[in-house]
Amino acid sequence: MNRYPAWKYLLIAVSILLGLLYTLPNFYGESAAVQISPLRTAAKADTGLLNRVEEALKEANLPTSGMFLEGGSIKVRFTDTDTQIKARDTLQSLLGNGYMVALNLLPNSPQWLASVGALPMYLGLDLRGGVHFLLEVDMKGALSKALDRFGSDIRGSLREKKIPYAGLDKRGSLIIVKFRNAESRAQAEAEIKKNYPDLDLREENVGTEFHLAATLKPGAQKRIQDAAVQQNITTLRNRVNELGVAEPIIQQAGADRVVVQLPGVQDTAKAKDILGRTATLEVRMVDEEHDLSAALRGQIPFGSELYNERGGGPLLVKKQVVLTGDRINDAQPGFDNNNQPAVHLNLDNSGARIFQQLTRDNVGKRMAILLIEKNQAEVVTAPVIREEIGGGRVQISGRMTSEEARDVALLLRAGALAAPMDIVEERTVGPSLGAENIESGFDSTLYGFAMIAVFMTIYYLVFGFISVLALGVNLLLLVGLLSILQATLTLPGMAAIALTLGMAIDANVLINERIRDELREGMAPQAAINAGYERAWATILDSNITTLIAGIALFGFGSGPIKGFAVVLCLGILTSMFSAVMVSRGFVNLVYGSRRKLERVSIGQVWKPVTNKR
Amino acid sequence: MEFFRFKRDIPFMSWGKYTTAISLVTFIVAVFFLVTKGLNLGVDFTGGTVMEVSYAHPADLNRIRGTLIKLGMADASVQNFGTSRDVLIRLPAKADMSSAKLSETVIAALRADDEATELRRVEFVGPQVGKELVENGALALLIVSLGIVAYLAIRFEWKFGVSGIIANLHDVVIILGFFAFFQWEFSLTVLAAILAILGYSVNESVVVFDRIRENFRKMRRASVSQVIDNAITRTMSRTIITHGSTQMVVVSMLLFGGESLHYFALALTIGILFGIYSSVLVASPLLMLLGVSRKDIVKPEKKPEPEAVP
Repeated sequence: MNRYPAWKYLLIAVSILLGLLYTLPNFYGESAAVQISPLRTAAKADTGLLNRVEEALKEANLPTSGMFLEGGSIKVRFTDTDTQIKARDTLQSLLGNGYMVALNLLPNSPQWLASVGALPMYLGLDLRGGVHFLLEVDMKGALSKALDRFGSDIRGSLREKKIPYAGLDKRGSLIIVKFRNAESRAQAEAEIKKNYPDLDLREENVGTEFHLAATLKPGAQKRIQDAAVQQNITTLRNRVNELGVAEPIIQQAGADRVVVQLPGVQDTAKAKDILGRTATLEVRMVDEEHDLSAALRGQIPFGSELYNERGGGPLLVKKQVVLTGDRINDAQPGFDNNNQPAVHLNLDNSGARIFQQLTRDNVGKRMAILLIEKNQAEVVTAPVIREEIGGGRVQISGRMTSEEARDVALLLRAGALAAPMDIVEERTVGPSLGAENIESGFDSTLYGFAMIAVFMTIYYLVFGFISVLALGVNLLLLVGLLSILQATLTLPGMAAIALTLGMAIDANVLINERIRDELREGMAPQAAINAGYERAWATILDSNITTLIAGIALFGFGSGPIKGFAVVLCLGILTSMFSAVMVSRGFVNLVYGSRRKLERVSIGQVWKPVTNKR
Repeated sequence: MEFFRFKRDIPFMSWGKYTTAISLVTFIVAVFFLVTKGLNLGVDFTGGTVMEVSYAHPADLNRIRGTLIKLGMADASVQNFGTSRDVLIRLPAKADMSSAKLSETVIAALRADDEATELRRVEFVGPQVGKELVENGALALLIVSLGIVAYLAIRFEWKFGVSGIIANLHDVVIILGFFAFFQWEFSLTVLAAILAILGYSVNESVVVFDRIRENFRKMRRASVSQVIDNAITRTMSRTIITHGSTQMVVVSMLLFGGESLHYFALALTIGILFGIYSSVLVASPLLMLLGVSRKDIVKPEKKPEPEAVP
């Protein structure tokens, strides 16, 4: 009765082997590496680039310990972090801004392991160090910006159709267009209704004025907000690429939040600065009709503002915004016809149309390109318009070094945020603390396991030893499973590994106690083993299900590190049921199952009460 | 080796009056501290900023405080964390200063004072996020409790479910009472520990309940209290050994897990110790109080369920 069919032994053997295979990569450790990935579709990571990188490193006398092409990026290993950092700088200056050159850690496990998908566990930020941000998108801001855009578009269309209007205001979530008579209002209403299906229109009469109030339809509001979050995510992704982070995580969390995780980032101040930039770009006209020196004395004309030009003097700029940064498709640094550094912009259709009209009407005048950051505006450049520019290809040149041209292009390309964002949660863990956390998590598991092993072997002898073996298999399977799933392992997750070990031994204690019970009742050893396992099973199931309920609830409602705890807890319960019941039974069957006449089993002393038994 | 040699059943139920009184007193004391002292909620729940900085030499807390006061952060708390070289700084949420800037300003000032200041950890939680974490935590606690009651009610009978969950919530309140009394920091990981304990200690009640059910079938002549006494006595050894082995791991966590896991392990320790007590001396008397009887378990028309006993 204590024999397993061959397939059960096979199943146990296969799962142990798989567990070993997938646990193996965790023992090799990691080495310092540099990862080179193309930032644009035009740039490619291929063997040509690989050769260039190799030569450049040879020239700079930086020894590598391996270099390969994988998943569209080149990875170069180094023996120490000093060489790694030098190599990063060398490669960065060689490749320019078409590529991202990031510091990374690569697993040292041999290629054959990686080729069967055996990777080390994916460590969370609290173990490897890094920054975690939760950013909240300002939805009101997104709507307000959308209304601004609608307002200026409506202005444009009314002007284009030559419908006279007396003014256009934004009031809260309303755009109010004022007319002098009812006819032009009716005309405008028809026009707006046709072109802007996202707006709800309402007629209002205030005094002698005829008003048209436009609001965003609820569906459109939601769409705009969703688009704002999406655009912000794209923008963040671009910006993170500029930071050079090897494996960033940027994803939406809930309706209006974005999670950004940057493993290994040390310079959190820079990270925050770049992520938090709410820079927007605006094209406006320079006010050349009014006197600048008067404005400098404080008499700023109505409808204009005073700004400083980068690397130049003060300027009067009109308040009306002609074009905003979200009309830019692409921006590249380059040179103009006179070989001066320049930024080449590529506008989208509507942007191209607006820009063509602007330049047609204003040849010989100056326009200003403003960068607005945290309510602080700066004129990046204020070029003179030489000719009408069509086709949406715009070249900005002026007092710029090639360095500045690159920065401006980068900022324009990386895009503006569709709406401002606030950091609502931040967790930064330094690398030394991360390493300590790994160590303390490992130590807790190790010593906990050792204590249990000693106790179980003394208390239950051979059965105790088998239980410990099963517990070892459980640990192996759990770590293997975590490696296969690439679930994020956090410090609470490591605590959960230790805790599941403590809980998993429960099942074996239950079984062993039950077998002792049966022996006490006078059952033959083989029968007692069988009965012990059979009867303990339902209790093991019961007790694990209640813990599983807690684990699932934790997973559902927990965030970040708690989720990591819950994942490991749930997986640990599943592997422990397999190992404590099936694997330990397999060992017991191997040891005792084949003996026909089993006189006694080594499960420690079975004490029988001498008084009358129930 | 065998630790537990019970010659006859221990009359737990006849001690019911005393044990219930003890439980009630500890419970009330725990609630008293919870109400009067309150939990020392961590930054996860209150919102605010926590920074851990490390120095090459033992840190001068007064000097750090001075630096912070100069920055206008007189309400910051500064204390040692683990070793004398590590310092934990807590900054309450500030309305007028951008959260992200806050930690940077502080570390810049500390570095200006001492170049070797190493920033080991920053945690900032916005007030809104903190509120949500509290809500989610409470919701998780509720869901776990309901899930366990439902499971026990299906597996046994509603009286078992109710007494099981009361016994275990009693543990939770006691853990909370400890955290309130000692003003230990109550963080998200502690909450995770409490929920894990809730799931774990119910096992104990399940094991005892399993025996009770089995005994109701086997011991036809015995009174309800005899049935329960026998069930508890016979599962005692197993209860203590399993809890003991889990406790070993938790102690190892307490000793080697460092500061980050300290309160987590502490919550587990208290939970496991009181888990033994409550499943034996709280759940079962409650079951009697609720008037459990043989009829609840042994229903003549129903086929006997498969036995499930350790």
